[in-house]
Amino acid sequence: MESTTAAFRENAAKALGDAKLRDALSKLADGFPARRREAMARLPEFEALRDAARDIKDHVLANLDFYLEAFEARVVEAGGTVHWCRTAAEARTAILRICKLAGAKTVTKGKSMIGEEIAINEHLEEHGIEPVETDLGEYIIQLRHEPPSHIIAPAIHLSKEQVADTFREKHRHLSPGRSLDEPRALLDEARNELRQKFIGADVGLTGANMLIAETGSIVLVTNEGNADLTYSLPRVHIVIASLEKVVPTLEDATTILRVLARSATGQEMSVYTTFCTGPKREGDLDGPEAFHVVLLDNGRTEMLGGDFHEMLRCIRCGACLNHCPIYKAIGGHAYGWVYSGPMGAVLIPGLIGLEEAGHLPNASTLCGKCEDVCPVRIPLPRMLRTWRQRQFEKRLTSSVSRSGLKFWSHLARRPWLYRLVADIAVATLAVLGRSRGRFRRLPLAGGWTKLRDLPAPEEGGTFISRYHRAGHGDGA
Amino acid sequence: MSNARSDILGAVKAALQQAGGPQRADTTSVVSASKRLGDHRANLIPARGRLGVKARVDLFIREAEQASATVARVSGLSGLPREVARYLAKNNLPMTLKVAPGISEPAIPWTRETLLSVEEGRADGSESASVSRAFAGIAETGTLVMLSGPENPTTLNFLPPTHVVVVAASEIVGDYEETWNRLREKGQQGRFMPRAVNWITGPSRTADIEQTLLMGAHGPQRLHIVIVDEETPAP
Repeated sequence: MESTTAAFRENAAKALGDAKLRDALSKLADGFPARRREAMARLPEFEALRDAARDIKDHVLANLDFYLEAFEARVVEAGGTVHWCRTAAEARTAILRICKLAGAKTVTKGKSMIGEEIAINEHLEEHGIEPVETDLGEYIIQLRHEPPSHIIAPAIHLSKEQVADTFREKHRHLSPGRSLDEPRALLDEARNELRQKFIGADVGLTGANMLIAETGSIVLVTNEGNADLTYSLPRVHIVIASLEKVVPTLEDATTILRVLARSATGQEMSVYTTFCTGPKREGDLDGPEAFHVVLLDNGRTEMLGGDFHEMLRCIRCGACLNHCPIYKAIGGHAYGWVYSGPMGAVLIPGLIGLEEAGHLPNASTLCGKCEDVCPVRIPLPRMLRTWRQRQFEKRLTSSVSRSGLKFWSHLARRPWLYRLVADIAVATLAVLGRSRGRFRRLPLAGGWTKLRDLPAPEEGGTFISRYHRAGHGDGA
Repeated sequence: MSNARSDILGAVKAALQQAGGPQRADTTSVVSASKRLGDHRANLIPARGRLGVKARVDLFIREAEQASATVARVSGLSGLPREVARYLAKNNLPMTLKVAPGISEPAIPWTRETLLSVEEGRADGSESASVSRAFAGIAETGTLVMLSGPENPTTLNFLPPTHVVVVAASEIVGDYEETWNRLREKGQQGRFMPRAVNWITGPSRTADIEQTLLMGAHGPQRLHIVIVDEETPAP
């Protein structure tokens, strides 16, 4: 997918001015976090399960080569094929080749963030194959040619009226006078349209929430059941997954599943959790004849063992988005690429480069809520700070902010100088603000005073000097 | 592609060695990783499901209903046709069924229920209701475990708008881990996983339009669970 991440400031300004988007985002903010809290309250072991999930992912990452090879061997034993791909381009080529060999005209798709990452839909279309998204939210945004705006609720930014308009425009064969006022009518229309696609598709393409090394199984989690129709009806099932999705055993997958849905939607368990192992067996009445797993690196090995290693623990639940004050204000599209929210702000610079995505790590108040709610305890705020530090080192920040930071660090490392400057500054502000009691405008702080006044300090000096005068502190 | 494989595995090894964590200092971690695969030890299991038989079945029912499934109990498998007919009539649904080969005639006396029109096989999208058999029920979250196979086609779980699932009370276990162990015991060593294992917790749903929760997105709009209390061998 083409990124518009470099235009983050403009994207965010546009998003903030969009009343419909703000309505939609306020519904999100009310829903998911409250349901997550209820689910947590019902399960006393939830915090301990988060630790267990984190430990599983840490163990896998420390032995990633071993588990990937074990997974591949089990897939082959079950009659499937593994395709290793270094880049998005290699993955696109591998998928297209399988589709062509199968003589595919239509490919149904389960929701896959990796599919978005490699822009597989555009690639298939260019080669005359019709990709059909089957997750309701993904289907809607595919009709609108938009990227997802949330990992688990891709059409969260749209109102039902916008969806109705899209359906009227795209489903021309249906009666123009039909009523599409209610979400139920919209769902029924999409369900009917997609039924035909499911049954007629040649290839089903899904992502995977996990890959299980013990059995060569892939795990799919949905609430709609669309992924299940995607793999069980066509002749060929292709799974696209990135390397870090592998887990050791069924028991390990189970532990992660216990925190996934609770963190994502607040459900005890998603409606459909599926473990697929190889193609159709002898005597089976349904299921695909061929089973392919496309294993994608696309930047993961570069993150491994480095400052962003823990990001590879991510299970894509979306909890950090749901709790982020920035995401809740601007939505997912402003981030300009496939991922969004705190996990996107850490992941995107790693995948498309800090030059392109440099605004994202700065679009954070570092409030820490994302780390608080992360089911695998990824230190997202620390990583955002690491990106900021890299920007400074690579001289990607403006010369004003760089010299400002240099000046600050010079002061901050010399307490006597810091106190002296602070004393002078506070005394100056106190004198200048005596008459009015506050400042409407200040040099170098225009961004701050644009929206509020700065109260003038009282004439007692800085906190430290008052503290000393009151008889506390060293030597007093 | 073989180049890609060795490149990726090489990059993984190099990154982990360079990181030089204690875990990569020698080969012990690979030994423990391969032991982990063989042992498939359970991690923390929530206490919720650890109950006696009766309380476990009650918890299963509560959790399944919480997930918007409906539940009925019959005293034996022979009572299944009558319960299915009752359920369809009560909900004003067509009296036609596609049943899984594993629970067709003569195992189940479907023809005794003369109002029902019953066929067996996989689903193709034309059915209004299906009946299949669960391998287990999990009390922890009211989840059904379905195994694919000639006796239980996967399409029955997803295509028809109404899905009826039969599970024996004795097959209702406390937690997911117990079903993995039962599956390993049942299957031959190494190949115990059927092509598809489907955990089902309530009927299909979506909240993709304005966060409005709606049932029956692509899978069934109704999930009816029939618990059979007797006539089944203990696990």
